Amino acid sequence: MKLTVNGTEREVDVEDDMPLLWVLRDELGLTGTKFGCGIAQCGACTVHMDGLAVRSCQVAAATADGADITTIEGLGTPEAMHAVQEAWVAHQVAQCGYCQSGQIMQAASLLDLNPNPSDEDIDIVMSGNLCRCGTYPRIRAAVKTAAQKLQEA
Amino acid sequence: MGRIRTIARRTFLIGSAAIVGGVAFGTYMARRQLPNPLEDGLADGEATFNPWVLIDSEKITLITPHGDLGQGVMSSQAALIAEEMDLEFGQFETSFGRPDQAYWNHAFADEGVPFKATDDGFVAESMRSVVRGLNKLMSLQGTGGSTSMADSFVKLREAGAVARETLKLAASQVSGVPIEELTTAAGAVQLPDGTSIPYTKLASAAAAVEPVQDVTLRDPGTWRLIGKPMDRLDVVGKSTGTLDYGIDVALDGMVYAAVRMNPRKGGTLESYDATTARTMRGVSDVMEITGGVAVVADNSWRAMRAAEELDIVWGAAPYPAEQDAHWAALSDSFGEDQLDSMWRDDGDVTAALEGAEQVSAEYRSPYVAHAPLEPLNAIIKVTDDAVEVWTGHQMPIMLQQVVAGITGHDADQVIFHNQFMGGSFGHRLEFEHLKQTAEIANQMRGTPVKLTYSREEDFAQEFTRHIAMGRCRGTVANGQITAIDVNIAAPSVLSSQMGRIGISVPGPDMQIAAGAWNNPYKIENFRMCAFRAAELAPVSSWRAVGAPCAGFIFDTFMDELCHAAGADPLEERLRLMDHDPSRKVLEAVAEMSDWGSDLGPNRARGVAFVESFGVPTAEVAQIAMTDRGILIEKMFVACDVGTVIDPVNFENLVQGGVIYGLGHAINCEVTYSDGMIEQSNFHVHDGMRMYQCPEIIVRGLENQDKVRGIGEPPTPPAAPALGNAIFAMTGQRLREMPFNKFVDFV
Repeated sequence: MKLTVNGTEREVDVEDDMPLLWVLRDELGLTGTKFGCGIAQCGACTVHMDGLAVRSCQVAAATADGADITTIEGLGTPEAMHAVQEAWVAHQVAQCGYCQSGQIMQAASLLDLNPNPSDEDIDIVMSGNLCRCGTYPRIRAAVKTAAQKLQEA
Repeated sequence: MGRIRTIARRTFLIGSAAIVGGVAFGTYMARRQLPNPLEDGLADGEATFNPWVLIDSEKITLITPHGDLGQGVMSSQAALIAEEMDLEFGQFETSFGRPDQAYWNHAFADEGVPFKATDDGFVAESMRSVVRGLNKLMSLQGTGGSTSMADSFVKLREAGAVARETLKLAASQVSGVPIEELTTAAGAVQLPDGTSIPYTKLASAAAAVEPVQDVTLRDPGTWRLIGKPMDRLDVVGKSTGTLDYGIDVALDGMVYAAVRMNPRKGGTLESYDATTARTMRGVSDVMEITGGVAVVADNSWRAMRAAEELDIVWGAAPYPAEQDAHWAALSDSFGEDQLDSMWRDDGDVTAALEGAEQVSAEYRSPYVAHAPLEPLNAIIKVTDDAVEVWTGHQMPIMLQQVVAGITGHDADQVIFHNQFMGGSFGHRLEFEHLKQTAEIANQMRGTPVKLTYSREEDFAQEFTRHIAMGRCRGTVANGQITAIDVNIAAPSVLSSQMGRIGISVPGPDMQIAAGAWNNPYKIENFRMCAFRAAELAPVSSWRAVGAPCAGFIFDTFMDELCHAAGADPLEERLRLMDHDPSRKVLEAVAEMSDWGSDLGPNRARGVAFVESFGVPTAEVAQIAMTDRGILIEKMFVACDVGTVIDPVNFENLVQGGVIYGLGHAINCEVTYSDGMIEQSNFHVHDGMRMYQCPEIIVRGLENQDKVRGIGEPPTPPAAPALGNAIFAMTGQRLREMPFNKFVDFV
């Protein structure tokens, strides 16, 4: 299969039903996308496929063939962070941090589709992303900060 | 394992007559200065002054040996050293270091003696001093029990001060300026003429001088870092996907493994058929290991998928197969012969209850899973003369011993590279996944083997929080609580957990009634008994260990008595409180929550107080009844850790601890059927999601002398505070978790 990951075209020889998550992690070495549950219950594996947030553990390789994928590594870098990542740092959101790649990818997608979300919008959209450490109060605040910053930009 | 077992048996006899001989030997051994592990392999021009600081001409490395499970302790440890060394964040690197006795945990002793953590009397302090010596002998390097800051607070500042003064001495020799005229700032020694010498440029000179050991710690009034908001060193990496956890590590030539272990934990593997699995793409091997089967492949998913195709016949569980039998075992454990300890016996409870009108209640606290979001994993490479291990773990030296026990090496041949952990909550105190990885890797020496659990395997193999049952009686008179008789039955976590690594721990288990027996209330007639149930399903330390169970039981019963007396639940707790810092946290949440003010219809508050790990913690839940069920609007939290190291991280950890407590109290339980855990993934055991999360208002108080950790104490009061609020709003008393079996939440 061929796919574009973070702007680079990649080719891998895998089964049609290998989840995109494992293509990214074990075949391409992009480990910023995390494995948490394997059944779309935690959101740790969230990436953008053709601009939309998807759970990469549920996307078969065959489905991703030809798609344009953005992972956390492609959203921004430590030197040039995306506004959502900057807000995550400003609010010191992470504890263990393992869910945060997925949280950030989900939040970036939310703000892309809904630049000025209400508190309820944020709760509804972000509730698919599980944080076992309980950083939700900070995630809420960071999403709002990022929304404000993106609107000013 | 042989050595630690021998020492453990001998030294754990301190509760008995053997104490005299043990202590004399122990004290001598324990006082001996331990070698600095950083001196091994020190290159020319590199300087180390103690086990925490390493400097060469290029960089400064601070060793932060407590594992980082998300509590941010890598940053906090570094901040303590940097405070005294006059280093800024960004001027140093950090390393978890290697396992070494030098990093033994002083603070484990506070949880290892049968005294209240808040008791700093002579007897309690003497016993702690004895146990500290034994911990040092046993090489108890570890992270847990909210001890990291308690262990580090003085030790690491001293390490920083020693480094600073030694660097000044070296600068004095290099420059000829008397040491009294030198100061330090921003990673450099400052000379009176305004010039400065960076520490890195002093490394080789400093290596040649004897470290200055006589140092004075900075006055807290001059602290630059401690007590101020910090930017945690790991947050940028965790926000950009660039920080590696154990599960992300990849090595050349590495193979990927998955396992299926007997879900009837501890049961045997009877037979298996791997015909299909062996034919699957990428699978290179299927092998039997102790209690299960492993698949080796060229990709994690291929290994997991092939493992699912194994057809396995499992042996029976060595504990009751059905959940009802577990509760029945607890119910039968309240007899005199199973009395583990009578922790309190004030006044005359029997006489007070005799013939009086009694309030009585029975409580249940279920099994729950740790389930950190990063599934268990490890990489091990075995060669003939060494074993290398990459994983995140809380007990490095025990890990070496366990792995060496599998591969036949000496423990010091096991090189352990500790990793950032994607959560733990006690999950990464366990060794079973390491034993499994070691068995696989030992069968394919020379090849690094990475084992990753599927989420389903992680749930099936959970050593959950223990179950507990409480039976309580009490009396009230004239608007006050007059007698309490609390009985708590549970299996021993300590016995189950230590038993898995071959250590037998005699004496009472303080955790059976933790969060209850150690409460600071002075009640006229007060009896508190812990009963040890027979070992049931294997269990392990879950965030705050005993206190989420016994604290729920005790505090809820306190609330029932307050209501029976017609007393205000917060005022009556305050009246009985016999510990000043504890009284202050209750007063603080009263003020924060505007306790006593009218909330209007369909709203209520509930208060709870639980002390765990020496941290008195009071919480008020404010809830509302909506047409979609009960909404938890706000949680107010006040707790006292002596000194708050980083107020930002502190608030985050308190909020997280409350959410962990609430989420499991309302939504989660683990149950057994046919000897197996019935819950397989987050769809049936998720904790809390954002839509249920309240606003959480936090205040840290600093009225205690000792510095304490905040990782665990906010969790236990969350459940009783919520349950007490639900009673206040609805009149329905919840005596069993999870609450969603009895009421609906939004």
